[in-house]
Amino acid sequence: MKIGKQTIKLENTPKIIETCSVVGPRETEGPLNIYFDIHIDDIFYGEKTFEKAESKMLKTCVDNLLSKASTDKEHIDYIFAGDLLNQCIASGYCIRDLNIPFFGLYGACSTFCESMILASLFVNSNYASKAVAATSSHFCSAERQFRMPLEHGNQKTPTAQVTVTAAGSALIMSKDTNKKAPHITYVTPGKIIDMGITDMTNMGAAMAPAVFDTVTTHLQDTGRSPDYYDAIVTGDLGILGSEIVCDLCKDYGVDISKVHKDCGVLIFDKDKQDTHCGGSGCGCCASVFSGYFFELLKTNKINKVLLVATGALMSTVATQQGESIPSIAHAIAIENEV
Amino acid sequence: MDFEKLSMTNEDYINYVQQKSKKSPIFKNLALAFLVGGLFCILGQALTDIFEYFNYEKKVASTIATIILVFLGAFLTSINVYSKLGKYAGAGSIVPITGFSNSIVATAIEYKSEGYILGLGANMFKVAGPVIVYGITSSVVIGFFYWLIKLFI
Repeated sequence: MKIGKQTIKLENTPKIIETCSVVGPRETEGPLNIYFDIHIDDIFYGEKTFEKAESKMLKTCVDNLLSKASTDKEHIDYIFAGDLLNQCIASGYCIRDLNIPFFGLYGACSTFCESMILASLFVNSNYASKAVAATSSHFCSAERQFRMPLEHGNQKTPTAQVTVTAAGSALIMSKDTNKKAPHITYVTPGKIIDMGITDMTNMGAAMAPAVFDTVTTHLQDTGRSPDYYDAIVTGDLGILGSEIVCDLCKDYGVDISKVHKDCGVLIFDKDKQDTHCGGSGCGCCASVFSGYFFELLKTNKINKVLLVATGALMSTVATQQGESIPSIAHAIAIENEV
Repeated sequence: MDFEKLSMTNEDYINYVQQKSKKSPIFKNLALAFLVGGLFCILGQALTDIFEYFNYEKKVASTIATIILVFLGAFLTSINVYSKLGKYAGAGSIVPITGFSNSIVATAIEYKSEGYILGLGANMFKVAGPVIVYGITSSVVIGFFYWLIKLFI
């Protein structure tokens, strides 16, 4: 049921039964290391190209998700997946082998929430009993698509972020399932917000207004205050973007700084790993939620989370043509039964 | 597009972001670029002097030095050292001829996965291409004026 301006209340509160996360070498060295399911120490993951490696990583992630939940791929009704590569090839080639009806999504780094929203809506309305949401990103394949060749000797600006090599997936089922698991209660799909930022090395600043818009709209629509949540988790705003979104919210009269966390900030140790403003990419929010926050929810260390994945919807072509960076943020409220 | 919720214009926001963004450490970057760029130049000069000492003509000696520097840039790129150097040296390692070599070899490595013709061959000069295009164009323009002036003087 739609409530307020753009939020949907899920009356049948679908459950997130299980999640799985796969991370690459740099993420393994990061502070969240122990929370991830699978660690890959070879950036090529035994493949010849980075694109194939990313696809294989996503496949491993989905396979492992299904075995963790002890279910077969035959029982999955639909899979919603996406990545950063042109034409979403990492997802396409991964799901080619899975034989599951597939919706390919592109929301840049917001794809994880976008796919979770759609999967949960399918389950909520009984069009599916089991749906999977999955996304991935790979540092090297993103670097070659959006930036310079890997071996090129150049400097990055202090506001730049590092694309995370990771994949995350979640299995969403109806609430009638016996297993105790967190529920999805509300979803707030975001609008495109563009405040005229053109600097591709400052994504945090480009995306922060979109987060501000979605979060404040969500709070307004649901009548909740930020303190209702134990954590408002943004996808990959990075250090600068996080500061900006807290500032914007404060100016608006909503203080989220006490509960705000950012996956891009959490995944790396910025001093030891020299990751500038933090991590980014579809896999960032996906792996940190699937690994870290889902674990905290399962063990009741936190009970109410608003997950807000953020995406910058530009391409190198648009940027070279002088366009600014349109951004989007999708929010999804995940709560334990209390 | 103005942000109604905050009554903030794009201009306001861009100014605010610029104030808030951490700036690149310009003096440190300049010093490192000067140092590393200078070292490459010293190396080039030393090589030229050495070959001249062994009785090569000046023109030949500097050509050999250039070839050695290009090789050095390519070699350091292929063993994953040049990108690390570039992180600290910035323009100091991009501007010398070793940087030119780096930009070609790095791109060649990157695009090998799409095959030797349409991948490596077609993309090799993706980064270095503009340098060649505008280098040649400007030398033609300058050459034309040089010729024009010489006609009257």
